[in-house]
Parts: sequence; structure tokens; C-alpha cells
Amino acid sequence: MNTMNMLDKTLDTNTTKITARDVNVYYGDTHAIKDVNVEIAANTVTAFIGPSGCGKSTFLRCINRMNDTIDVCRVTGDILLDGEDIYDKRVDPVQLRAKVGMVFQKPNPFPKSIYDNVAYGPRIHGLSKNKSEMDEIVEKSLRRAAIWEEVKDRLDAPGTGLSGGQQQRLCIARAIATEPEVLLMDEPCSALDPIATAQVEELIDELRANYSVVIVTHSMQQAARVSQKTAFFHLGNLVEFGATGQIFTNPEDPRTESYITGRIG
Amino acid sequence: MTDFSPTPDQPAAAQSSLLTLSKRTIQRNAAEKRFKAYGIAAIAVGLVMLLVLVTTIVGRGTGAFQQTFITVNVELLESKLDKNGERNIEDIKRVTTFGYAPLIKGAMQQTISDLGIETNLKSKHMAGLLSKNAVAQLRAFVLENPEKIGETIEFRFLAQSRVDGYLKGRVSRDSIENDKNISAEQLDLTDALIAAGVIEKTFNLDFILGSDASDQRPEAAGMGVSMMGSLFMMLVVLALSLPIGVAASIYLEEFAPKNWITDVIEVNIANLAAVPSIVYGILGLAVFINYMHLPMSAPLVGGLVLTLMTLPTIIISTRAALKAVPPSIRDAALGVGASKMQSVFHHVLPLAAPGILTGTIIGLAQALGETAPLLLIGMVGFIASNAPETIGEGLLSPNSAMPAQIYEWAKRADPAFYERAWGGIIILLIFLVTMNTVAVILRRRFERRW
Repeated sequence: MNTMNMLDKTLDTNTTKITARDVNVYYGDTHAIKDVNVEIAANTVTAFIGPSGCGKSTFLRCINRMNDTIDVCRVTGDILLDGEDIYDKRVDPVQLRAKVGMVFQKPNPFPKSIYDNVAYGPRIHGLSKNKSEMDEIVEKSLRRAAIWEEVKDRLDAPGTGLSGGQQQRLCIARAIATEPEVLLMDEPCSALDPIATAQVEELIDELRANYSVVIVTHSMQQAARVSQKTAFFHLGNLVEFGATGQIFTNPEDPRTESYITGRIG
Repeated sequence: MTDFSPTPDQPAAAQSSLLTLSKRTIQRNAAEKRFKAYGIAAIAVGLVMLLVLVTTIVGRGTGAFQQTFITVNVELLESKLDKNGERNIEDIKRVTTFGYAPLIKGAMQQTISDLGIETNLKSKHMAGLLSKNAVAQLRAFVLENPEKIGETIEFRFLAQSRVDGYLKGRVSRDSIENDKNISAEQLDLTDALIAAGVIEKTFNLDFILGSDASDQRPEAAGMGVSMMGSLFMMLVVLALSLPIGVAASIYLEEFAPKNWITDVIEVNIANLAAVPSIVYGILGLAVFINYMHLPMSAPLVGGLVLTLMTLPTIIISTRAALKAVPPSIRDAALGVGASKMQSVFHHVLPLAAPGILTGTIIGLAQALGETAPLLLIGMVGFIASNAPETIGEGLLSPNSAMPAQIYEWAKRADPAFYERAWGGIIILLIFLVTMNTVAVILRRRFERRW
């Protein structure tokens, strides 16, 4: 993939997976996200770009309610997943997170074996009836995360012993083992070298076939390479949201243009 | 002109050369050297103190592990022990230790005359070389082996503490001038018996395993039973403070909202850790004994009091261990849909376990060496009970504890007890050093696995 052919990218679908309506997020007195409205399509890679502290990670963490773990964080507005409000009182965040998986900035495998890392999610959600089913899930997830060939002979080795890029792909395997519908990625390549980054980016493109992927990235090249849609955040506002090609070649808002040409950020 | 005047061929800008040190650099280097010297001096002082402490303890305490024994053949006269000759155990039991005294006197007299040692001492004073424990030892043997009555058996009796002290250099002919317990003639006899090999000093397992003995028999006193007391207390402390402490820490660290109530609790836990232990003792006396009417002097009560004392230590170290687990692990678990509790019990707690264990062991070691609270709940004093047979008995029957036993011995008048106090300190220190070493090893081995 390269940046030149991004204009040719077409959306595979027009189904909306996630809808955000007037979302505001406050950390104590700080107003971190201001009236964000966005529609994220199914089977699409959506990139969130913007300068540091613009709220893109915060908004990402709202989608699977990871912000619930922060005491001072308060979210208003609605986020709908398949038309259901995930901030409804009846929604248990645990159930939500099984549907909306997450990959973090720093590879964070559990200090357990590679097998257990992947099997942990399916195990707590009861997705397998027996050992052979579990083996299947583990193999399928590792294959999808494009790491199976590298680790198939040492599934009992600790996940923390892998290289950074392998660890991150292991984390992706762990996230997709629970069969989520949406995969959130918070700067998944920021701790990786260019080769590992290329592997993960390739993987993200493949994952689009089965999941809606939302990726936060600092690298505009990466956003251009992997995403079909791009949202530009600035100071807590969603400045512009549209097809990646359009954002990068013909942005409507002057702030977007300033950012992608390197004048702000 | 002096030698210090600059010579013309020297460059004027010598200050900026890297090969000469500027004044400031010299000052800074000197300050660093001084600081290093202070540090080394401080460590040296510490090491010297440690050395003095260890040599004193070892020098004074090792004596307690050796004891003087006198080997005598005793004829178990049927006429004295079982007049009917029926070997009826009830009849034999009726003979008190007074009935055994003549046997021992006779045996000593016989031994001494057999060896051809000449002495003017009466048989009563010959037997005086033996511990008052000897008759009890003889009687216990006969009651256990009634069929041996009539035979002549070789016994190893404890020597009395003055004889023991004479062999260890504690007692001399000058020091016994006003001593009612031993006379110069008895020491002459002791010398002769040492030469004949009847009196000898050997390792004494009873000091480690035996029970405390009364004021007149320091030679028979041992640490064993108080060690059991300490063991039962530690069981109570472990069984209560570990689950309570860990549950409290997990709740405070992982679940509790951060507000002023938890702040107050946190400050109070830190304060509790600094409360003098005697305060816990008086609290235990008021609550567990006066109000709840639990038995005095029982390891159960001691354990409860020490639990109160150990809890803050365990809570503080457990919270520190939980805090040290990186948040990325919690995020990872929550990210795949684990509940808060699953993330804590599946991931955070196992990673924090070495830290928790280390804190627990150090807390237990602290509790093991604690004396002050035990004074107030009556776990100190002469408690010559035998080792408990069941766990319930061990928890509820009066007992002492190692440090309390040491304190008790140290305050008794007889210098022979003083030696035993030092010996007790060695045993206690071995326990403490072992526990702390285990803690350090655990910490080293499992430190930072992520």
C-alpha cells in the first residue's frame, strides 16, 4: 500500500456500526471532548488523527467504556453500537468489552504463556466447551493476527518473551479471540519499529474484512495507508470527518489543512 | 621573584585546558570524596556494631547449648520402689520423688567409691552435684519401664547449675565462698569426677526442645515449649492477618472510590503502623480478656493481639505490591472483557503475590520478636507446661513465647538463667534471620516479571 492510491479506496459497506451523538467527556473540570458527532461504518478502518491531547484517545476509550475505570471521568451524550446505547444503565461494560475489543499503545501481554494470553478472553466468556475447541480458537486467532507461524512451536513460552512487534500482534490475537465486532486500536504501532509497523498495518487491512477497526494514530502516513475514513480532532473538537482521500488531499477546514501540512500539532 | 610567578612561555589560557582542573571542579570532586568517606564511615560503624552484637550474643549464648551431665549407675531397688513386688503400676506411682532420693545418693556414693576417690562428703552432698531434676528423671523412667525394677541401669543425669557453671568457667572457687548451693569439697569431687570421665559437658538438645524449669533448676530449662507458643501465635497471626490484610488492601487499592473517607482510612492505617506495641497489648487485655473472657496467657489471645499489630504492616506492603503492578495489565484484562474482580484475581494478585508474601513474612518476623504486648496479657512468667498435644490445646492452654521466655529468664536471679537468655536470643535470631532471608529471596526471584 502507498499513499498514492488512497483516492481509489472504496468503502465496502455503508452500514453504520457506531454512532456518537453530542458526546462530551469531562475529566474533573477539564472538558476533554466537546460535542462530538460521528458515524463509524462497519467493515471499515476509521483513523482518528490530531495533535497530542486533542482527545482522540479519550474518545476511543469511550467506545468500550474503558473511561469507566477513571474516577473523575464523566461522559454525556449517546454512543450507539448497532443502535443500542452503550451508556444505558442496563449495559454491563464487561459484556460491551467482549463485543468491542481493544489493543493498546504499549504491547501488554499478560505475563503468561502465549496460549494462555489468547485463551484468556474465550475462557472467561465461556466461548469453548473443551480443550480442542479452545485450541482451535487459539490457532485461528493467532493465524488471523499473522503470528501463528512464528509462535506455533512455543505456545507454552511466556508472551512477554516475544519481540515488540510480535507482542503487539499477540495482543491483537488476544483481542480478536473473543470474536469482537469492533476493534479499537490506540496507537498500536507507536512502540514498534518500521518493519513491525508494516506487519501490523498489513494485518489491520486484513482485519477489515471481519471487524470495524478504529485506530488512533499520530502518524498521518499511517492513517493514509490503512484507513478508509479519517476523523481529525483538535482541542477536543471533531474538526473534520470524511473519506481518507478527501481529508488528506482536499480538506474543508483550514485547521485540518494546517495540521496535515505540518503547521499545527 | 618567587617560583610561583608565571613563566612567559606558559599559555595565558591554561584555565580552559582540559588537562588542568578548574577550581570549581576540584572543589566538587573534593565534596564528592568527602561524601563517599562519610558513607563508608557510616557503613563501617554499622558493621562494627553488628559484629560486636553478634560476637557478644554468640559468645554468651553458645554455652546454653551445652550442658554438664553426670553418668551414674543406679540400682533400682525393689525394696524401695515396689515393696509388694507385684509390679502394680498404681503401687509404683505411690512412691514419690522423695522415695527415689536414697537410690541416687547410694548410686553416687557407689560410683565415687568404685573410682577410688577419697572425699569427706556425706552421700547427701555427693548427690548434691546432681540437678534436682535427677529424681524426677529417675521416677519418670521407672514409671515408663516398671519391668526394669531390680536391675542396675546407667543414667545420664543433669549436673546442678553450679557444677555446670564450674565447667563453663562461670563459677570459680572464689565466687562460691558465700554460696549455699555448693562447697569447695564438692568442687574437689567435681574435679576428680571430671578426671574420671564421669562428668562431661556435651550438646544439650533439651535446651532447644524442653520446657521452662523452676528457679532452682536452671540446668533443666529449655525453649521448646515457648517455641510452640510462638508457633501457635504465628498460626493465628497468619490465618487472620493475611486474609484480612489482603482483602482490605485489594478493596482499598482496586475498588474503593478515591474520596476523603478512603483518605482518612489510609492516614489511619499509616498511623496504626506507628502505634507502640504495648498499646495493642493493653487493648488486647481490655477487649479479649476482660470483655470477651478469652483465657489469659493463651497463644490465641497473643495471636489476636499480634494480628492487630501486624495488620497495618501487611496492608501497607500489600498495597505497595498492588500499586507496583503496571496499569497496562489491568487495561489488558479489562480490554478483553474481564470483570474488575477477574482482572484483580487472575492477573494483578498473582503478580503482586511475591510482594505480599515478602510483606507478610516481615510482618510475621516482627510479631515473632514482639514482647511488650505479651507482658500485658500474661504470656510471660513461669509457664512450665509440656508441649501441647492438640491444636486446640496449643491455642488455649497457657503458654509463653520465645521473646517472653527470654525476658523471663533474663530477670531471674541465678546467673545460669542469664546464659540461657542469651542462648534463647540465638534461637530467636536464627528464626528471624531465616524468615527475612526467605523474604529477600522471594523478592529477588519474582521481582518484575513483566
